[in-house]
Amino acid sequence: MLGLLGKKLGQTSVYDARGVLVPVTIVLVGPNRVIQTKTVESDGYNAVQLGFDDQKEQRVTKPLMGHFKKFTAKPTKRVSEFRDFTLQVKPGDVIGPGIFAQGDFVDAIGITKGRGFEGVMKRHNFRGGDASHGAKGWRRRSGAIGQRLFPGTVMRGMKMPGHMGQVRRTAQNLQVIQVREAENLLLIKGAIPGSNNDYVIIREAKKLPKGSPRAKRRLEVQSAAQAAPAAKGKPAAAAPAKAEAKKK
Amino acid sequence: MNQALLDKIESEQYRKGATEFGVGDTVRVHTKVIEGDKERIQIFAGVVIGRRGHGLNSTFTVRRISYGEGVERIFPVHSPRIDKVEIERRGSVRRAKLTYLRQRIGKGATLVKEKEGRVAPVAAK
Repeated sequence: MLGLLGKKLGQTSVYDARGVLVPVTIVLVGPNRVIQTKTVESDGYNAVQLGFDDQKEQRVTKPLMGHFKKFTAKPTKRVSEFRDFTLQVKPGDVIGPGIFAQGDFVDAIGITKGRGFEGVMKRHNFRGGDASHGAKGWRRRSGAIGQRLFPGTVMRGMKMPGHMGQVRRTAQNLQVIQVREAENLLLIKGAIPGSNNDYVIIREAKKLPKGSPRAKRRLEVQSAAQAAPAAKGKPAAAAPAKAEAKKK
Repeated sequence: MNQALLDKIESEQYRKGATEFGVGDTVRVHTKVIEGDKERIQIFAGVVIGRRGHGLNSTFTVRRISYGEGVERIFPVHSPRIDKVEIERRGSVRRAKLTYLRQRIGKGATLVKEKEGRVAPVAAK
């Protein structure tokens, strides 16, 4: 699983090689500093900790600064961990958009824009009432929310007005249209959760579209790992086998 | 800073050394048509009856009479599918959009030719 921390900068469109105008979101994804690497032996699991968006030392909380100092890393605004990083990195490394290639599929995770307290039409796409035919005061309401004496209660999870937005959401299987290493930019097809200048996580797509080159490559790697004798011990070998079974 | 970056990415895709043309000009638009794995040039000739948008999103509309039927096509100015735009004739007009041409047929739809002296030589960007 590859991943990067980034910042959504805005949306525009670019022409692809075939001359088709593609809508893209521009994401700043570098420099991502490797702060710490975790292994099964030392921490019980494999992970890479990345920091993004450099910060002045005096603006970082003391406990966090202690953590940076422990690994002699530069303080950053954002720190996040990525499990089972497929790229070999060590603390102090700087990674950027180069870990992805044009055409790759990625997931984008962000916090959606907050909409405040919203009605059922906007929040749950209800129809509302009639606009005419003598309709009065029932244009944006939900209608009935229950039945009669039986069940005599409103069902759990009934869709009603309430707070909308400002939740973590993942946009899956977005294609990387351009990789601009010099500018630390990724151009990703389509929209990404959150407003401009929000932090986002760009990671390798978890559920790759079938038949994409990357999906094939991943399958090959997995089957190769399966074929190899269980050098790492049984639990390690069982994990990819499980993933394989899931795919089918 | 973000807007500057967006502008930069968009301006990279602008057509370079394009011929400047305006509303009222009669043009020949060379478009690239992909058929199977082959590419050929198709020409759409007519009068530019309007331009809209700015930057990468700008388009222009070309109207022509094809087999007695009026046909209008909208082209993105910066599309790489457009090979080039040739100007056949410059026309003198007093409107930004020549929608009135749709009501005209025959000779009535012919625009007054712009006088040679009035054509300001536009420096290619």
